[in-house]
Amino acid sequence: MAVVDVELKIKRYNPEQDKKPHWETYEVRVEDTDRVVDALHEVKWHHDGTLSFRRSCVHGVCGSDAMVINGSNALACVLLVKDVGTNITVEPIRGLRVIKDLVVDMEPFFDQYKSVLPYLINSTDPGYEERRQSPEDRERFDDTTKCILCAACTTSCPIYWGNESYVGPAAIVNAHRFIFDSRDEAAGDRLDILNQRSGVWRCRTAFSCTEACPRDIKITQAIQEVKRAILYNRI
Amino acid sequence: MKVHRHSYDAVVVGAGGAGLRAAIETAGKCRVAVLTKLYPTRSHTGAAQGGMCAALANVEEDSWEWHAFDTVKGGDYLVDQPAAEIMCREAIDAVIELEHFGMPFNRTPEGRIDQRRFGGHTRNHGEGPVRRACYAADRTGHMILQTLYQQCLARDVNFFNEFQVLDIAFSEGRVSGLVAYELATGDLHVFHTKAALFATGGYGRMFKVSSNAVTLTGDGPGVLYRRGIPMEDMEFFQFHPTGIYKLGILLSEAARGEGGILRNADGERFMERYAPTVKDLAPRDMVSRAILTEVREGRGMGDNKDYVHLDLTHLPPEQIDAKLPDITDFVRTYMGLEPKTELIPIQPTAHYAMGGIPTNINAEVVVDSDNTVLPGLYAAGECACVSVHGANRLGTNSLLDIVVFGRRGGTAMAKYVNEVSHADLPREVEGETRQLVERLRAGTGGENVADIRSRLQEEMMDKASVFRTDESLRTVLGTVRSLRERYEQASIQDKGAVFNYDLTEAIELGFLIDLAESLVVSALARTESRGAHFRDDHPTRDDANWMRHSLAFRTDDGSVRLDYKPVVGGKYEPMERKY
Ligand SMILES: Cc1cc2nc3c(=O)[nH]c(=O)nc-3n(C[C@H](O)[C@H](O)[C@H](O)COP(=O)(O)OP(=O)(O)OC[C@H]3O[C@@H](n4cnc5c(N)ncnc54)[C@H](O)[C@@H]3O)c2cc1C
Ligand code: FES
Repeated sequence: MAVVDVELKIKRYNPEQDKKPHWETYEVRVEDTDRVVDALHEVKWHHDGTLSFRRSCVHGVCGSDAMVINGSNALACVLLVKDVGTNITVEPIRGLRVIKDLVVDMEPFFDQYKSVLPYLINSTDPGYEERRQSPEDRERFDDTTKCILCAACTTSCPIYWGNESYVGPAAIVNAHRFIFDSRDEAAGDRLDILNQRSGVWRCRTAFSCTEACPRDIKITQAIQEVKRAILYNRI
Repeated sequence: MKVHRHSYDAVVVGAGGAGLRAAIETAGKCRVAVLTKLYPTRSHTGAAQGGMCAALANVEEDSWEWHAFDTVKGGDYLVDQPAAEIMCREAIDAVIELEHFGMPFNRTPEGRIDQRRFGGHTRNHGEGPVRRACYAADRTGHMILQTLYQQCLARDVNFFNEFQVLDIAFSEGRVSGLVAYELATGDLHVFHTKAALFATGGYGRMFKVSSNAVTLTGDGPGVLYRRGIPMEDMEFFQFHPTGIYKLGILLSEAARGEGGILRNADGERFMERYAPTVKDLAPRDMVSRAILTEVREGRGMGDNKDYVHLDLTHLPPEQIDAKLPDITDFVRTYMGLEPKTELIPIQPTAHYAMGGIPTNINAEVVVDSDNTVLPGLYAAGECACVSVHGANRLGTNSLLDIVVFGRRGGTAMAKYVNEVSHADLPREVEGETRQLVERLRAGTGGENVADIRSRLQEEMMDKASVFRTDESLRTVLGTVRSLRERYEQASIQDKGAVFNYDLTEAIELGFLIDLAESLVVSALARTESRGAHFRDDHPTRDDANWMRHSLAFRTDDGSVRLDYKPVVGGKYEPMERKY
C-alpha cells in the first residue's frame, strides 16, 4: 500500500449549463490499493461536488457504476488504482444517452432486457414441493445467472452503438438464463423474439462483451448457444 | 421547484427483497406504485451471499421449531417469540415459493434444494450444527433479488425508479401521502395514497467499516422518526465477524459453514476457547467479540495487531470454486491474495440493524408501548423491527425475514386499502421537503458534508460498536450533537436540479445523524449486555430489568425520549447462551 497522486481526466456534461461534453482534470491523492470509485469519491467530496455518478454497493455486485475507464468498460468499484495507473480517464458508457456526467439513461437498456420475457414461465402446478432439477440441469444455465445488469457488455458492443434496436448482449444473456433452465416452458417464445432482426443475428462475435463483463460471464458463448438453439431448434 | 401529483391506493417505498415481495403480493389487488431511490436490481439485497434458512429437512432431520428455538436463543431472548415462530414456520413455504418463482437454488443429487450449515443454526436445541441454509452458490441475495424483480415484471408492477422518498403525511390519524424527490429532474412528487409500506433497508453507513452499500443511510426510519414514530431496539447493531480488513466487504459466514477457520497471530483456532461446541460457527455477536478480545489481548495480526485471519487453505479447491466463488474473488480483487493458499485478514464489519421501525406480525407499524397500530403505515425488511432478531440476528434470517414479512405486509396492505377511502392530504404537504432542499442548496455555512460524515462514522465505530461503556457512549453522544450543529451549517457545491447527488448525500447524512443519536441514547440507557449490545461496564445480561424493547422517540426540541415495551415471550425460557 502506498500513497499516490492520481490525475483523473473526467468527461463532464451538465445539461443545465453545457451545450456539449468537455474534459476536466483533477489531481487527487489516494492509496494505490483504493478503487477507482474511491478516487471519484475523493473528487466529489473534496474537489468538485458537482460531479455525478451512480454507485451503491462499491464491491461489484449491484451494477451501478459501469463506465469507460482508460478506454474500456469496467465497474469503477472493481478496478484498483494500482491496476490502472496514475493517469486515469473516465467517460460515460457509450450507446446510451448521457444525462449528466457519468450518468446515462438506463431505460432503453432495461426495456431491451424486458423484451426477452426475463422470468420463469411454467404453467404446471408444482404443488407444495419444489420442482426437481438435477445439479447438471442447474449447472446448464449457472453462468448466465450471474448477470448484474450493469450494461458494461451491451455498451461495449460496436453493433449496439450503431444500431439501437439491437437487443444487445445483456438481454440475450438473460434470455439464455431461462431458455436453458429445465423448469421453463417458454424457450420457443424467447427464441422467436431473438430470431427477429433486432435479435441474436446482429451479433458479429466481436467478443467485446465477454471482455467487458465484470462477472466473467462467457457471453459470446451464451449468444452462440442461443443461435444454435434457433438454428437446430433444440435446447 | 416543480411539483407533480399522483394518486394510488398503496405505495411501496424501496425495491429490495422486502419491497419487491410486498409489491408482488399487492399486484392485481389494488393500484400500487413502487418508489425506489435505486434501480430495483441495485438494492443491497443483491449483495447477500450465504443463504436463507428454512427447515426443509432436505439433507438431514430438521424442524421449524428447532429453527425458532435457535432464532430466540441467537437473539438473546429479546425476540418476540410468536413472531419468530411465524417466520420459521412460514420459511418453508417462502423457500418453496421462491423456487416456483424461478430461483436457481443449488441442488442435491436428488434434485431437491440443497442446504448447508450456518452460524447459530443447530439440531435439536443446540446439539450441533444443522444443514438448514438454502443457497445459490454465494450469491443467494443476488438470485433472490433478480427472481423477485422478474416476478414484478411478469406482473407489470409500476416502478418509479430513482425517486427518493423524503417525507410522509398523516391526516385523520392515518397515512395520506408521501413526498418524493426525483433524481433525474430535481422535481418533487406528491403521492396521495391510502397506505405506505416502508422497505428501505439498513443504515450501516453510520459506521466507518461496513458491509453495507453507501446508499444504506436509513432514509425510511429517518423520515418516520422525524414524524414522531419511535425507533425500536436501536442499540442492537450487528457487527459481522468477517469483513475484509479495512474495507468491510463481507466474507459470508458460508466460508466458515464450508469449513473455514479463524486464527489469531499464534495460528491458534481461538473459537475453540469461546464456543467449544460450535466453535467458528457461533453467533456473530460472540465471534466478533472473540476477535476483538484476541486483538485487545495482543494476539492480533499486522503492524497494528488489529486483525485476525480467516483460513480457507485446507478446503478442497473445487469446493471453494463451487461454493464460494464470489467471496474468494473479492479477496483476490481487493486484497491481492489467493485464498486457496493464503490467509485472509479480517475484522468485524458493521452489518445489520436489528432495530428500526416497530411493527407487528402483519408488518403494521405500531407507535407506542401499547402497540397501537397507525392505520395505513407498514414496514418490512431490515428497516423494520418485528422483532424476530431480538438482540442479535442469526445469519440467513434476514433474507427470510424480508420475504416472509414483505409478503405479510403486502397482504395486509392490499386488504386495508380495499376497505378504506383516501384521507385528505394536508395543505402544503410538500412544504417541508421543499424547505429542506432549498435550505441545503442555499447553505453558505461552509461545512463539508463528507467531512461531517467521516467524523460520524469514525466516532461511531470507535465508541458505539462491538464494545461500549458509559463513558464511550457519552463521548460519542456529545460528538453526534456537535456534528448536528455543524450539519446545520453544511454547504453543497452542486446547485443544479439534474442528478444532484451532492444534495441527496447531504439529506442522507441528516438521517444518519438522527438515527445515530437514537442508537447512542438507547445504548447508554441499557445498562446490561445482551446480544450485539455489549457494555464493558455492565458485562452480564440482566433479565430482571431489561427483558424489554427500547422505543426511542424524537421530541419536538430534537432530543430523544425513551420508553419501553415488554418482550413477548413464549415457550422458551431465557437461559444462558452457550454454544
Ligand atoms: C454483504 C451482505 C451479505 C448478506 N448476506 C445475507 C445472507 O446470506 N443471508 C441473510 O439472510 N441476510 C444477509 N444479509 C442481510 C440482508 O441481505 C439484508 O438485511 C436484506 O437484504 C435487506 O433487504 P431490504 O429489502 O430490507 O433492503 P434493501 O435490499 O437494502 O433495499 C432497500 C431499498 O430501499 C430503497 N430506498 C432506500 N431509501 C429510499 C428512499 N428514501 N426512497 C425510496 N427508496 C429508498 C433502495 O432503493 C432499495 O431498493 C446480508 C447483508 C449484506 C450487507
Ligand atoms: S457500486 Fe455496485 S457494482 Fe460498483
